[in-house]
Amino acid sequence: MTTLREPGSARKAAAPAGLSQARGRAHAALLRPLALLAGFMGLLAVSVVVATAVGTVQLPYGETARVVLVKALGLGWPLDPTYEAIVWTVRLPRVLAAGVVGLALAVCGAAMQGLFKNPLASPDILGVSSGGALGAVVGIFLGWPLVNPWLVPGAAFAGALATLAVVYALATRGGRTDLATLLLAGVAVSSFAGAVIALLYHFVEDGVLRQIVYWLMGNLAGKRWEHLAVMAPPVAVGCGGLWLLSRELNLLMGGEDDARALGVPVERTKRWVMVLAALATGAAVSVTGVIGFVGLIVPHIVRLLIGPDHRWLLPASGLLGASFLILADLLARTAFSPVELRTGIVTALAGVPFFLYLLAKRRAMVRWS
Amino acid sequence: MRAEAVSYRVHGHTILQGVDAHVVSGEFLGIIGPNGAGKTTLMRVLAGLARPTAGRVLWQGRPLTELPDRERARRIGFVSQNPAIGFGFTVRDVVSMGRYPYRRLFEGWRAADQEAVQAAMAATGVSHLEDRPVTDLSGGERQRVFLARALAQQPRVLFLDEPIANLDVRYQLEVLNLVSGLRERHGWTVVMAIHDLNWALRYCDRLLVLQAGRVAACGAAQSVLNEDLIATVFGVKSRVERDGGRAVRVEFLSV
Repeated sequence: MTTLREPGSARKAAAPAGLSQARGRAHAALLRPLALLAGFMGLLAVSVVVATAVGTVQLPYGETARVVLVKALGLGWPLDPTYEAIVWTVRLPRVLAAGVVGLALAVCGAAMQGLFKNPLASPDILGVSSGGALGAVVGIFLGWPLVNPWLVPGAAFAGALATLAVVYALATRGGRTDLATLLLAGVAVSSFAGAVIALLYHFVEDGVLRQIVYWLMGNLAGKRWEHLAVMAPPVAVGCGGLWLLSRELNLLMGGEDDARALGVPVERTKRWVMVLAALATGAAVSVTGVIGFVGLIVPHIVRLLIGPDHRWLLPASGLLGASFLILADLLARTAFSPVELRTGIVTALAGVPFFLYLLAKRRAMVRWS
Repeated sequence: MRAEAVSYRVHGHTILQGVDAHVVSGEFLGIIGPNGAGKTTLMRVLAGLARPTAGRVLWQGRPLTELPDRERARRIGFVSQNPAIGFGFTVRDVVSMGRYPYRRLFEGWRAADQEAVQAAMAATGVSHLEDRPVTDLSGGERQRVFLARALAQQPRVLFLDEPIANLDVRYQLEVLNLVSGLRERHGWTVVMAIHDLNWALRYCDRLLVLQAGRVAACGAAQSVLNEDLIATVFGVKSRVERDGGRAVRVEFLSV
């Protein structure tokens, strides 16, 4: 394009010199998000080591880090077998499971807040968590845990995806999905699933009721490598896919019509965002149960630091979400040891006051337009 | 670009009824009419943002709806009346969004993109604001940022939905001059919904007058506006000053 005329007074810029200057400024603008991402990665590494080392048997941090690195990189160096057993077989799977779940919920929360342009949005907004909970509770109710330990997570995953299908069908007419309808449908279906779960309380014995309540509060105890292997692929596909849709999410923040005018295939984008978020959230929730607040709070904190660009927001939220849930789970294990708290209780108890503090300090968090 | 018998209905309300319209390449077409006449809807249908419930819109002989979104966005830009944006995006972020239809996934930021963004910001006079969050700007500044975003799109047809409604008189003039300058220099086509009939007379080649979803009149700007038309369409008594038979100014007298 040739140089455009400038209005009125000022500014004969846009010559080659101005251009390279502008590119310099654009590069400077990259430094901050890159530095923040590096910082979040460091935090995650520290969280993993600390959470693996701390427990009923306290391990030295250096030795813990060594075991993690040697095993993860497949180096054949000799290791203390006791440390190795505690770190690799017992603690690390649980820590990493917390990380994967935290990552999934935070990324999906950020994507949902962007898609709905609503600061209240979270991964639960499509009703996926409640649908997953209903699936799991029905499975527990029918005594499936005794048949096969994977039946309940399977039922939860099926429930999550079925809920998305129902909510999506309700909100879609003639190939167009109305997000306001989707939001209401998600909330309504969530309430309904909650009511069905509450109804089932009346028909179960105390032991089963305990199982159900534990599941509803989120539970990372006893997570093993198999759980990670099952959960990680859908989470990776879901979160990776959402990240590839970052630019579209950015444009959708300006409204559907403007996004369409700029060339975004709006309906297809919305559909994919929902499917990918449901996939990742559903996988996370079906393995660990419902864990609240991570997906709501973490994206807001990250947005304050890194800005609204989803290309940075999504990975940064994922990293911080992983650290947050790892540390919350650490607190759940150790605060009232030997009694273990439900992780979901800790995320709410620890996360919400911090969130409210930020909210009081930085009103920008709720000024969305 | 041509609309054939276009109708648009939502929830049982008819917004456009059998509208025939065409846009001539390189012209400045003004769409005028009272509030609720369907100006915005007609623009959205013509720009391919809304699918007409009946009739069709053709782009160079092909139905516009067959064009993929991205390809359409390289040809047609649209600045809506109240553009919104999530908080925190800077002016440069927003203007850069205009390059979306040119960039594939994983494709880097090329010199052509950079130039288009810089030129668009310079043309609209927002270069000095580039690091400011758009949410911190005044209404007029915002309007120009969104115009810059559409310029960065480098479209051949630019739709502007009441682009000057929130601007003071100086920026009204600047925006209109800018748009007509772009049209002259690059051969762009401009379609603009506008309330101010005097600006419409001064800048537009042709006017399409909408009333209750139908075309009330359409033709050369200076010949289409007259006292009778203004009385029927807007319900206002007026006097149209003429110079050699061509309307040059409208004065509104009473309702």
